[in-house]
Amino acid sequence: MNESKVLKISGLEPLVITPESNFINVGERTNVAGSRKFLRLINEEKFDEALSIARDQVEGGAQVIDINMDDGLIDGKKAMVTFLNLIAAEPDIARVPIMIDSSKWEIIEAGLQVVQGKSVVNSISLKDGEEKFIRHAKKIKRYGAAVIVMAFDEVGQADNYDRRIEIAQRSYDILLNKVNFPPEDIIFDLNIFPVATGMEEHRRNALDFIQATTWVKENLPHVSISGGVSNVSFSFRGNNTVREAMHSVFLYYAIKAGMNIGIVNPSLLEVYDDIPKELLDHVEDVILDRRDDATERLLSFAENVKTSSKERKVDLSWREEPLQDRITRALVKGIDGYILEDIEEARLSAEKPLEVIEGPLMTGMNVVGDLFGSGKMFLPQVVKSARVMKKAVAYLLPYIEEEKLKNPPPASEKAKSNLVLMATVKGDVHDIGKNIVSVVLACNNYEIIDLGVMVPPEKIIATAIEREVDIIGLSGLITPSLDEMVFLAKEMKRQNFSVPLLIGGATTSKAHTAVKIAPEYHETVVHVNDASRAVTVVGDLLNPTSASAYKEKIRIDYTHFRDRFLTRGKKREFLTIDQARENRWKLDWDKAEISIPNALGVQVIEDFDLHQLLDYIDWSPFFRSWDLHGKYPTILEDDVVGAQAKELFADAKIVLNKILDEKLLKAKAVFGLFKANTINDDDIEVFSEQGDRFVFRTLRQQSKKASGKPNIALADFIAPKETGRQDYIGCFCVSTGFGTQALAEEYEKVHDDYNSIMVKALADRFAEAFAEYLHERIRKKDWGYASDEFLTNNELIKEQYKGIRPAPGYPACPDHLEKLTIWEILGVKEKIGVELTDSLAMWPAASVSGYYFANKDSRYFGLGKIKEDQVIDFAKRRRISIDEARKWLSPLIS
Amino acid sequence: MQTIHKELSKRILVLDGAMGTMLQDYKFTEENFRGERFKNWETALQGNNDVLSLTQPQAISAIHAKYFEAGADIVETNTFSSTTIAMADYAMEELVYELNYASAKIAKKVALEFTKENPNKPRFVAGAMGPTNKTASMSPDVNDPGYRAINFEELRIAYKQQAEALLDGGVDILLVETIFDTLNAKAALFAIDEIREERNITVPVMVSGTITDASGRTLSGQTAEAFLISISHIPLLSVGFNCALGADQLTPHLEAISAKSEFAISAYPNAGLPNAFGEYDESPEKMATQIKTYLDKSLINIIGGCCGTTPEHIKAIATLVEKYEPRKYSTPLAKGTSV
Repeated sequence: MNESKVLKISGLEPLVITPESNFINVGERTNVAGSRKFLRLINEEKFDEALSIARDQVEGGAQVIDINMDDGLIDGKKAMVTFLNLIAAEPDIARVPIMIDSSKWEIIEAGLQVVQGKSVVNSISLKDGEEKFIRHAKKIKRYGAAVIVMAFDEVGQADNYDRRIEIAQRSYDILLNKVNFPPEDIIFDLNIFPVATGMEEHRRNALDFIQATTWVKENLPHVSISGGVSNVSFSFRGNNTVREAMHSVFLYYAIKAGMNIGIVNPSLLEVYDDIPKELLDHVEDVILDRRDDATERLLSFAENVKTSSKERKVDLSWREEPLQDRITRALVKGIDGYILEDIEEARLSAEKPLEVIEGPLMTGMNVVGDLFGSGKMFLPQVVKSARVMKKAVAYLLPYIEEEKLKNPPPASEKAKSNLVLMATVKGDVHDIGKNIVSVVLACNNYEIIDLGVMVPPEKIIATAIEREVDIIGLSGLITPSLDEMVFLAKEMKRQNFSVPLLIGGATTSKAHTAVKIAPEYHETVVHVNDASRAVTVVGDLLNPTSASAYKEKIRIDYTHFRDRFLTRGKKREFLTIDQARENRWKLDWDKAEISIPNALGVQVIEDFDLHQLLDYIDWSPFFRSWDLHGKYPTILEDDVVGAQAKELFADAKIVLNKILDEKLLKAKAVFGLFKANTINDDDIEVFSEQGDRFVFRTLRQQSKKASGKPNIALADFIAPKETGRQDYIGCFCVSTGFGTQALAEEYEKVHDDYNSIMVKALADRFAEAFAEYLHERIRKKDWGYASDEFLTNNELIKEQYKGIRPAPGYPACPDHLEKLTIWEILGVKEKIGVELTDSLAMWPAASVSGYYFANKDSRYFGLGKIKEDQVIDFAKRRRISIDEARKWLSPLIS
Repeated sequence: MQTIHKELSKRILVLDGAMGTMLQDYKFTEENFRGERFKNWETALQGNNDVLSLTQPQAISAIHAKYFEAGADIVETNTFSSTTIAMADYAMEELVYELNYASAKIAKKVALEFTKENPNKPRFVAGAMGPTNKTASMSPDVNDPGYRAINFEELRIAYKQQAEALLDGGVDILLVETIFDTLNAKAALFAIDEIREERNITVPVMVSGTITDASGRTLSGQTAEAFLISISHIPLLSVGFNCALGADQLTPHLEAISAKSEFAISAYPNAGLPNAFGEYDESPEKMATQIKTYLDKSLINIIGGCCGTTPEHIKAIATLVEKYEPRKYSTPLAKGTSV
């Protein structure tokens, strides 16, 4: 082999990587995405300590250090430059080559400009097409760096053998023929993906990587192969014994195939020969995909390894414990495998079947309640407990009915547990939060009457009277629901109710509850913002000894809050609508760039493949809907909720796979791009392809701004008609909700609320992902004004794209009425079947609609409060009565 | 530009010696430096050797001729400090293009005369691009190690301007030299590579680093091999070392890169280490004896002198190398590398 055709990189000292070299280990702790400690240090500008992490890496044997500053909260470019400059002053660190790691080209380039040695860029790919790829490769060559090329192209990330070699070959050919890039300076990252995830299509992930490595080494001379090894064991997070074995096995085969560089945490690496034979076999089965049941076998084997490294048998010793302990354990751990067996045993030894519920099951659920109350259990676990409970109760019901027939209890003895009525109000369809609260309360010995979604007020009132409920809980996600709640409060007062009213849901707030609802009802009104609080609040409200004191406390608290809120409100200064318009955001329309959409008119997407949306899912809100707070994926490693988050995520994956495999949800979209101009300050005049005229009515910020800051309306982002420049707007509706109801009901039928809620939560994520996907497609293709955009999912989540897609009902345009116009222009109902309720909520619930603005200066903003003059003006523009306008805008009116 | 490669494959080429040492003999005063043109210049100009190309062009021309007469194949333009960055000390940023252009013209004129006289020994001009007086990877402030007095972009622009003027003035080669900080050199190479693409030319480039002391590293801390790796991404005519050390001390570092580079290897050491008075006083004969080691080991393709060397030194070296075969290497052109 030509000695010159080997990868040579440098810090203060050279690193020459020959075919004979040992595996090159890249230190990864100086990566804000991978190390929370490093992120914190960079965030707090504790560079000295951050440097010591780098130093530890080098002293620990890292031959290259990977530096990554991609985080939304830090100025990545600045942090990269500062840190690299500081490293340059530390010869004991600077002696090794630097791997400049970023998904943003500007950060990579800034890094390349401050390192004197030959570094490695991590990474570039064909993701955004050849032109960008060539441009960046050429620059990298000119800066004198080697490059990691990801197996990623315009279609997506390579996830099988064929795609890996196809992309590698193509990248290689382009780099050699069009960039004249030295082949020895190319390092392919062939994507190491997790195995043993339970997903069928992931089974070959490791094997495909290894085989693709072999192919690349044989067919693409002189290149190196790299990858992030810890990915492969992702599904075993928390079980280091198994992870270490997986890493070693994977590396053993990957290195044999030609992988020569990698990011490996040395402390998470077992010596291949030291892996116990049985574990080794199981792990090799999974890595090399040697058996159909390899994953299941490793999973069950891993359970043992996890509980104790010495004892390698499934620990079923708890089955030997007394009955009550077994039932409690099943409830606490959410294990439903043995519950019927245990319940039958309990039933046989009880005098009456009802005693099983009142005795052993309630004892167990009280333990669950205590653990939850003390923060030792998390919401998803409690919902799982409820699943076990429901199964047990369902099993007992026929016996209980039979018993009732035999010995009808005297009416006076009829035990009355506390009854809670739950409902999502009229016009609103969102019920995830409400269902969770229902389940949690049910776990705590409350009987729940769940009226479901879109419940008319008269039905709530009638049911409450008929069933003599003890408490009413109302939920809502969209702003019109707030008025429904106010209406219900008034109605309850009129009918002289005396039960407490709970308010919850995404759109509700303590402020609205205190200011708008509480004054309308003479009894207690409490805002409950999360399910875990629901238990204590309901407990306090219904506890006969403490209730009155608690209610008085709430009343005082809310009165204070209301007073403070109202006085604060008065201090705020507002402009008249005319003044606000005068202070609009004035874009320079003579110079503004207006892109003509590639495809004007309306398009429909029927039955879109959900697989394609997986990469676009923002998981953080999913965890939030289960009261687990934190950012994905770091939440999985969180000290407090990490274990629970992981478990929830694993459970979600199971439902997710079912949805994908059996195509249980349908994704549909309709969208259109139209000619548009702003008219009369705040209106946007839109013409359909057929020439029909529509008008969007936007609302303008009215609070007084600091000098120089404009009062924005969405209309400011579209060229006014008088400029003579033709501008454009888009709108869309996507839904992934078709099928949700049926699937959720299927789970509910078998008393599985946990997975029923899971389905809805996942459908919501898919809908948001679809909106994200579609917006990207519009930017790159149908409108095409950002065809060279390159953003990772993280950057998408952080809204780093050009242009915006505000949704009616959200801060920039809180007016839900706009949906009617969107429905009309696009023919949403006719084309994809998404309907609007009385309150203008979308049905199915997992739907997203909004507009597209392409102007590069357009941005998301909050409308804030508006004044009466704009309400009157708005009513006139929209041709509705002032009262009606007031009704729709009421939460906004100052 | 085939010629220089052709000559390199045939023999060891000789580079000139020090410009500064030769200029000292003229004992130019402040007035001489200023000349008529800069009579009323705002700053003192004595010591600004590069400005002499405008005010005393005949002296520069004469020194080039002396080196060619001594047997040099390549002379360096009088442009070591002709960048906006280094010229800021003399408030002469605006004159950078003219300085480089004039210096190149002077050297090229002399070279053409010598080539005409003896077409069998073609003479070349290397446009000298010094390190500037600022470093991109070191902080001048010990209390603020993250601070930089100059950045890559500023260096790239300054070097690009210098290289373009040198090429316009007719130089045959660009010589990025006396590199203390590899990052500065990378900015120069970046600029040159841009020019190559923009002008669609294949100008040969020589790169010469400086190992500052016995530590065997550049001022910015790199070992010889790390330095070599860091600048090898651009097709080069040669890579090597100059300045700071005498021929003897330079030997191990040349060995370190000679075995590992596919480019030609150059060396132009000082006339020994400075004596107690800061003068370089190694005799031509002594220096030639040390350089003989390079030749016996077949380490080099281009050889010359830096601080303290004179036409006598170059003559001794030129006489010596005639008897030796050049080091074998694969030229970039032979490999078919284009730009």
